[in-house]
Amino acid sequence: MSEEGELTTIRCTIDGRPHEHRCHPLASALDFLRYVAGLTATKEGCKEGECGACAITLDGVVVNSCVVPAAHLQGRRVGTVEGLSRPDELSALQKAFLECGGAQCGICTPGMLVTGARLLEEGERLTEARIREHMAGNLCRCTGYGKIVESLLRASEEER
Amino acid sequence: MRLVGTSAPRAEGEAKLTGRARYVDDLPLTDFLWGLTVRSTIPYGRILSVDFDAGADWSGVTIVTAKDVPGKNVVVLLEQDQPILAADRVMHREEPIVLLAHRDRDRLWELASRVRIEYERWEPVLDIDASLALEQRLFKDDNVFKAIRIDKGDVEAAFARAARVFERTYETGLQEQAYIENQGMVATWDAAAGRLEVVGSMQCPYYVLKGLCPIMGLAPEQVVVEQAATGGAFGGKEDYPTILAAHASLLSYKSGKTVKMIYDRVEDLVATTKRHPCRTRIRTALDASGSILAMDVDATMDGGAYCTLSPVVLSRGTIHAGGPYNFENIRVESRVVATNTPPNGAFRGFGAPQTIFAMERHMDNLARELGRAPHELREEYLLRPGQTTAFSQNVGDDVYALDIQREAVARTRFEERRRECEEFNRSSRWERRGIGLATFLHGAGFTGNGEVVLDSRLKVEVTADGLVQIYSANTEMGQGKDTTFSQIAADSMGLPMARVRIITPNTARVPNSGPTVASRTAMVVGYLVQEACGAVRKALEAHAGRTWRDPDDFASLAAAHHRERGALEGWSRYEPPPGKVWDDKVYRGAAYGAYAWACYVAAVRVRLDTLEVTVESFDAFQEVGRVLNPVIAEGQIEGGVVQGIGYALCEEVKMKDGAMANANFTNYIIPTFADVPAVKVHFAERPYPFGPFGAKGIGELPMDGPGPALASALTHALGVEVNRIPATPEHLLELLGNE
Amino acid sequence: MRARLAGFSLERPGTLDEALGMLAASKERLTLLAGGTDLYVYLNAGVARPGRWLDLWGLDELRGIHEVGDHVVLGALTTYTELRASELVRGALPLLAQAAATVGAVAIQNRGTLGGNIANGSPAGDSLPPLLAYDAEIGLRSARGRRFVPFDRFYTGYRASVAAPDELIEQIRIPLGAGSGSRACRFVKVGTRAAQAISKVVAAFVLGRGADGSIDHCRAAFGSVAPTPVRLRRLEQHVIGKRIDPALIRTSSDVLLSEIAPIDDIRSTARYRRFVARTAWQRFMEEIPGH
Repeated sequence: MSEEGELTTIRCTIDGRPHEHRCHPLASALDFLRYVAGLTATKEGCKEGECGACAITLDGVVVNSCVVPAAHLQGRRVGTVEGLSRPDELSALQKAFLECGGAQCGICTPGMLVTGARLLEEGERLTEARIREHMAGNLCRCTGYGKIVESLLRASEEER
Repeated sequence: MRLVGTSAPRAEGEAKLTGRARYVDDLPLTDFLWGLTVRSTIPYGRILSVDFDAGADWSGVTIVTAKDVPGKNVVVLLEQDQPILAADRVMHREEPIVLLAHRDRDRLWELASRVRIEYERWEPVLDIDASLALEQRLFKDDNVFKAIRIDKGDVEAAFARAARVFERTYETGLQEQAYIENQGMVATWDAAAGRLEVVGSMQCPYYVLKGLCPIMGLAPEQVVVEQAATGGAFGGKEDYPTILAAHASLLSYKSGKTVKMIYDRVEDLVATTKRHPCRTRIRTALDASGSILAMDVDATMDGGAYCTLSPVVLSRGTIHAGGPYNFENIRVESRVVATNTPPNGAFRGFGAPQTIFAMERHMDNLARELGRAPHELREEYLLRPGQTTAFSQNVGDDVYALDIQREAVARTRFEERRRECEEFNRSSRWERRGIGLATFLHGAGFTGNGEVVLDSRLKVEVTADGLVQIYSANTEMGQGKDTTFSQIAADSMGLPMARVRIITPNTARVPNSGPTVASRTAMVVGYLVQEACGAVRKALEAHAGRTWRDPDDFASLAAAHHRERGALEGWSRYEPPPGKVWDDKVYRGAAYGAYAWACYVAAVRVRLDTLEVTVESFDAFQEVGRVLNPVIAEGQIEGGVVQGIGYALCEEVKMKDGAMANANFTNYIIPTFADVPAVKVHFAERPYPFGPFGAKGIGELPMDGPGPALASALTHALGVEVNRIPATPEHLLELLGNE
Repeated sequence: MRARLAGFSLERPGTLDEALGMLAASKERLTLLAGGTDLYVYLNAGVARPGRWLDLWGLDELRGIHEVGDHVVLGALTTYTELRASELVRGALPLLAQAAATVGAVAIQNRGTLGGNIANGSPAGDSLPPLLAYDAEIGLRSARGRRFVPFDRFYTGYRASVAAPDELIEQIRIPLGAGSGSRACRFVKVGTRAAQAISKVVAAFVLGRGADGSIDHCRAAFGSVAPTPVRLRRLEQHVIGKRIDPALIRTSSDVLLSEIAPIDDIRSTARYRRFVARTAWQRFMEEIPGH
């Protein structure tokens, strides 16, 4: 990570815990999380906002952290896959992924879960079409998507 | 058996679902440098000079060029034509020339732009035709890395008596593996200990080890290679990781520090291997009644600038070119040629998707020409028990082509839906619909005597506290090997899965059970797991004088063995199935121990105003021996089918001046959730005696069918032969010819 | 990230006035940062222009969707998600809501802004043809004051506009009734795939007819067929006063083809773009009820 230029102090909460780190304000939020805060659960896939592997929530809104400046985390609530489960219990969505085969190589999985969890929070009864539309910014090369759709449908049923 | 056949949850699933799994870029490191590669900007020429801009700050920068290679500057694979760093000439765009390392990753790209490389430019050879025309001699005398010929019957005589000849040419393009985790590697050279440690994203730790030794001038005992969690591979991490590992190692060797190299998406796309483009011409001799007398297949693949694995890709492609058919007379001639483009390499299917596309499209075109339904014509020629393939393998009873096609045709209502599409097309103003199928086989494991040469070995250890540990070099990359191996071991030992541990593939700890490629892991290596478990079971039972009642009892027997006899291990070693003979000189005989048989049916809707294609349904029928884990097996098929849909419809590597011009995920178009239907997977099971609990390999199979099935569906919809993939809207417009 | 961040700095004004002051005082041209969905692609690829960046994202004065008199006023920082969700936009400006729904996917729609799409100036920008078809005006703001520029006179060339170095896009103003119910309208995006796609051709059409069925209003706007998004004025004039019939569809299609100049690039071919531009128009005309 950049150790030169005008650094700034970013204060935010990540998965409920306060964080404070110095970095360049234009470092991407993804680089901030991974290389400054040392939180590697969020993955890099493309660095162009195309694949969704780096999806996080910012005050509850899903964004691709590779195209968000670290400066925009200032004072915000950041959510990653690490905040989805309790220490010893997977969330309903994570359990559904495990049962339905929603994860294979696992590299797109953190982004899938973050994006999918946001959809579940909307509380509507999910349909395959709704899932395919909402999740279309998250690329997966292993599953062919069907088992992720099934995972979300199952989690949606569990939660109702 | 309690676990095999059930959808036991993925062994490493929880780590992946919580973000705890450590991929190479996640490994905690201290005091390390970031590495970067400076690459050629021309496709072919002589390197005149390499200069480092005096205006830039080079302090703290480690620089490696070809002169710094301590061993041989060569990537040892099938040939020794590829340097690890170009020294005096470059053979392709993006060829590595200089390596840089620095503590601050942010500075590296700018530093790279300050390396000035002067070239004498030579006229490059950028396609198959230019290569065959010998516009430049790139490899030996003829630019041919490998040529193969298969002969069955008397093709010449059949053509001589033919009433007519039906000929077509088929083309398939480059395809990018597009794993979501880019390639990455960390190397640490410990000069004091004389030891090199490499950890990274890879399929084959022992390939990396074998490749590193000559380059680094080290003995195998001095090198340790470990796999990190790997975010998809699909063949793309079979051979290329050796190059990246060597680059990181060279930088570490020179700097004395740990060096980490992680490609970004653009670099991964421009620099790493892709699926070989292929052009296949098929001529068919027909008699007056329209019966096929002979097939004459001629396939040419573009290997890129260096040989890499191209001969083996060509081999699999050639063997699969005849499809699941019994043609009395068939000849397949094939070659893979050199061009000044980045080397092509392994990709799921390994040559077979290219030639199967040609044969399946050809059968479809023939059916159209003869006025017959596509499944009917195929049915006549599909292999029956006791018949022989193009490479003269008598398939005996291990043949399921006819059954699987009949099942697919019946259960998808193929004939009625064909008629429904045709009816729809007569009345629709802006849409066309079509349905197509492809019937094919895919051999599992290494070709011919390859498995014997690999001589795979595997170890199972029982610890004093009753854990069963599997030591294998085979890697988990998403395909579910950790889970299926655990299921096999658990059932072999009569224990729950929780008692099985998979040891991380690390060349210092695990024996060489061969590479994780070629649909061999579940079938070939899974069988070794079963056998090693059998050996360890026998040893423990012999020592105890009885078998165990439950896991606790097992643990106490294991503890007793450790106390009284010491460590408890079982080994297994590959043995070829009996009676399988392959002659590599004439390409005849038992090419593979087992085949999976499949018939895929695709239905499409095409908008006439945009020529955009919607895949309305996709049904994948296959006979796979035994399904070890339904969720994992379905996941493999569904994922492969969607990769195949991309290959067929939208994935196009656009080459300009010898380099990929659309090298990012915005412009290299892989399917999203919104681009594909729910793929329906149907398994037929006929246990294979030499696979674990009857399983055959299926990893590559689903890549073969979507291309031809979709192109045939498009042909049905539009009434023009679609003989090239990707069948993009732009290509369909060319075919339809209207402006 | 391929950019060396040492060459970049970021100003984070707390108010619009502060931002305008910084723009007025700066000798170099500042790079304006909104949601970052375009700029970060350039930054990560190492092709962003080093220098000072001005962060507009925190300026609430640039947000909001309002009905003001006989106009809809959209703050420059209005995101695609907000456009999709707005009852006002969905009802009065359906083409814009539809366009917003086709940009990237959810995560991009949450960050990408209308002002950013305009400022980035890509000829493939999905929201731009609807703005042309709705006679949008761009509200530019500087310390010197505010001015409105008709959107079809905003661009001066490929990714170049009339905005001065000290100006920023404050709002987009669209006359109500531009897409009113009696008019036929259609948004067409032909992208590289079904979602998360860049347009190969994007178009927005609005067409009104008088009581006698003759066309009295027409806007035909396209993206990705020229260096900037374009209104096809000759096509529009050609159809005014005429009734829709097969002959008009044919002749107007010819006019359309004579008025566009698409190119071959890594996403598509000129030939395909011409084909799609023509069929989009043809199909729109054919499917207008009761023609």
